[in-house]
Amino acid sequence: MARPPLSEQDLIDRYGPHLNQAPPGGWDSGLKVDKVVDTHCCFCGQQCGIKLKVADNQVIGFEPRYDFPFNRGMLCPKGVKRYLQGNHPDRLLEPLERDQGVDGGFRSISWDHALDRTVAEIRRIGEQHGPDAFAMLSGVSLTNEKSYLIGKFARLALGTANLDYNGRLCMVSAGAASKRALGVDRAPNPWSDIPLADVIIVAGANVAECAPITTSYIWRARDRGAKVIVADPRVTPLARTADVFLGLRPGTDSALFGSILHVLVANDWIDQNYIDAHTTGFDEAAAAVADHTPKWAQEVTGVPADRIIEAARLWGTSDTGMLLHARGIEHHSKGVENVNACINLGLATGKYGRPGCGVCTITGQGNGQGGREHGHKCDQLPGNRDITNPEHRAHVADIWGCDVAEIPGKGITAQEIVEAIHDGQIKGLLSICFNPLVSLPDTTFTREALNKLEFYAVIDFFLSETAHHADVVLPGSLHEEDEGTVTTVEGRCVKINAAVDPPGQARRDWDILRDLARRLGRGQYFDFDNTQDLFDEMCRASAGGSADYAGMTWDRIVAEQGIFWPCPEPGHPGTPRLFEGGKFFHPDGKAKFFPIRYRDPAEVVDTDYPVWLTTGRVVSQFLSGTQTRRIAQLVEQYPEPLCEMHPLLANQLGVASGDRVTVTSRRGSITVPAKVVETIRPDTVFIPYHWPGDKAANTLTNRALDPISKIPEYKVSAVRLEKATGHINVTDTRDTRLHDGETPEATR
Amino acid sequence: MIGGQVFVIDHSRCIGCEACVHACEECGTHRGTSLIHLEELDPGVSTQTAPTVCMHCEDPTCAKVCPADAIKQNEAGVVQSALKPRCIGCSNCVYACPFGVPRYFPEPDQMMKCDMCFDRTSQGLAPMCASVCPSEALWYGTPEQFAERRPGQLLSEFDFGNQRVRTHVATVVHDRSDGPLDVANMTVRERWQDDPFGIGAEYTKVRP
Repeated sequence: MARPPLSEQDLIDRYGPHLNQAPPGGWDSGLKVDKVVDTHCCFCGQQCGIKLKVADNQVIGFEPRYDFPFNRGMLCPKGVKRYLQGNHPDRLLEPLERDQGVDGGFRSISWDHALDRTVAEIRRIGEQHGPDAFAMLSGVSLTNEKSYLIGKFARLALGTANLDYNGRLCMVSAGAASKRALGVDRAPNPWSDIPLADVIIVAGANVAECAPITTSYIWRARDRGAKVIVADPRVTPLARTADVFLGLRPGTDSALFGSILHVLVANDWIDQNYIDAHTTGFDEAAAAVADHTPKWAQEVTGVPADRIIEAARLWGTSDTGMLLHARGIEHHSKGVENVNACINLGLATGKYGRPGCGVCTITGQGNGQGGREHGHKCDQLPGNRDITNPEHRAHVADIWGCDVAEIPGKGITAQEIVEAIHDGQIKGLLSICFNPLVSLPDTTFTREALNKLEFYAVIDFFLSETAHHADVVLPGSLHEEDEGTVTTVEGRCVKINAAVDPPGQARRDWDILRDLARRLGRGQYFDFDNTQDLFDEMCRASAGGSADYAGMTWDRIVAEQGIFWPCPEPGHPGTPRLFEGGKFFHPDGKAKFFPIRYRDPAEVVDTDYPVWLTTGRVVSQFLSGTQTRRIAQLVEQYPEPLCEMHPLLANQLGVASGDRVTVTSRRGSITVPAKVVETIRPDTVFIPYHWPGDKAANTLTNRALDPISKIPEYKVSAVRLEKATGHINVTDTRDTRLHDGETPEATR
Repeated sequence: MIGGQVFVIDHSRCIGCEACVHACEECGTHRGTSLIHLEELDPGVSTQTAPTVCMHCEDPTCAKVCPADAIKQNEAGVVQSALKPRCIGCSNCVYACPFGVPRYFPEPDQMMKCDMCFDRTSQGLAPMCASVCPSEALWYGTPEQFAERRPGQLLSEFDFGNQRVRTHVATVVHDRSDGPLDVANMTVRERWQDDPFGIGAEYTKVRP
């Protein structure tokens, strides 16, 4: 049973998170820079260009990369401080095996021992319970090359259908909705289209904190006079300057978008010529919202009807417009419906395929776009192919040189894998780049599941909270220790360059997987020597798929500052903007409307749990915090989760900012300090989810899944709140101290 | 202006992300110490934040009140941190600066402040904070580039009560001919901000 060998605190004492404060040798080390490496940030889907400064095989700082067109030197706090993840005291430097008898709970072992034991357990579980009883979980902070390799490794080396990835918690609702409406899963626009829009709707996207660089694109549109409409339960930093603010109740997005469509139709603010020429299903979509009047929507969403009408007027009467959405509308049991409701607004007004026109998801993870295309999604093969489609399978089998029958069928999704572990159906797990104990909903359930594993091996560079449960830990590589490509929020494939070599005995991830495959007797399918070999094979595998990279080369990607897919043959310039001329990717060339009626979220408030909870991120932390909770400056900016609540709710509870409150849902309970702000709905609280253990917001969240995308409903839970004992100072005093060196109060 | 380039602060664009705060710590002349300020203007009520670099006044108040004559302007107009051998740590400058910029550091017993990344700007590079700022609230370039790129006009005159301050760093206003910015009277709000969530009468309980 994969139970942590020591208490959580003992493991934290040994493996962190500890805080790295300064570059190698300290701020005044005087280390001489040997080289400056052009690469990209390791965190979100914006994939900002950055230059890393290297001395003695250590990253010692950064320099803005002014020449990269997407961000022109700009970075967010995470990007500025990302280099401090290198030379970190918590870095895993040698393979480990759980051993309760040793100090720290894990003993150092040789690579041979670590890999042989892992292979023996994979074989044992496969023989006793079938290959699908051993699952793999992966993640999209990994490059395209590693994503492709993992898809192939799970299918051909492990022989399991049950491979899925943490993009399941991120972009899958948008992907599924785009695929069924537009025939392809990609944001349709280069970000340079945003400043050309006359109206911008930002729906469920805290752009300023989760995609900060996108702010400058929106501001440039505003400079041109564009109107900005923000739909969010909170007045986010971007919303502050919105022309129209739609402060909706969590879980009511499809009522809002349905009502906007209703108003567009009622006022003839639609483009009937475009609808007739390039789409199908409009009449059914319009009929579905016939009763979604603004007055009705005001009751459901809490947004004043006149603001809904004004938003519809601005969207419907502007020549150009872009709608940007993110997890705020996608993390729902109706995630796919919410996105389709947005796409309906774009199609109804002909806002596709032209400069300044499009409905785009803001991809969250670094390689959220490319990672999901190349095969570590349980239902897909490289090139965004469908694993159940015989032609697609045959194409990939041909590239892989295997029999079609050797490629397993469709597996189950990330949350379902954890549930199957809990049920005892899945006995073994290999994970990389995924920290489900922080990132999946219902933390208590996830912990129970991990405890039940017969064998768990993890590839990682830090010992995450999930890795506390591991039997074998294989020290892998940081972003800056390997090269490859990633595909950004724009669908632009860019080059990641290695700055340093892995330290100690740590190895590059692909090298570990190749070694495992060889030891599993499947080395013939993994005959490559470097990531460029992998890229070339991946491009061939993608050829003819919707995410077609066949014409790309690393040299071209570097020379052209990235290439937008599809790029189907050598010399093809790539495709920055999709759907030009009203051509969509379905066989009939048309886009599909979907009739979307509002329905309730999986859980609604009641007398026992009367307050809505929604979760999200803060600007200084990234996802499960495995990296960012180890960087001192980022932690100081926002040290622990706070429960944001409106003064009207705080007054009812008798709570002031800094008072600790106990938040309880049907899944569990956590106690965190309150932050009382007028920038959130009075019926809703917000808690960021980056922390583990007794600070895990996901202790409260609901495992309800979208029926199509299987994304969990992170954004809507019902909770109750009680004042608890204790108070901390949540006012940020870092900048108001006139004299540094005074005894600092607890910051924030 | 250094080599014809001007530093611009546009508070309406600030999103409070603190990229500038972290980047300032990377400045070659004071590595490990962040000197930029970022303040929440109305915590709990608004998400508005305000970044403040040294405004590099033409006639710096900090230098005028320094009893040790420790604060100097260089030939480019950059007001520098107190000279270490002269600074007596009295904090006169800290209290006198109308923008609240200088800070006293017990270690190394010296007033330190933004020096406009002189290691970078003297080489034609943008300061760290203006390089990374994701919203272009902090911006560095020529006035011509600014006019080409963005609306608004640059203003570098501020009234603090009876004191008029002229600075090298500029802010952005709709119309410069309205005269110096009166920093005590700068409230501009969209109408929906009076009641973001349409709460109505109930809202008077917390915002009378």
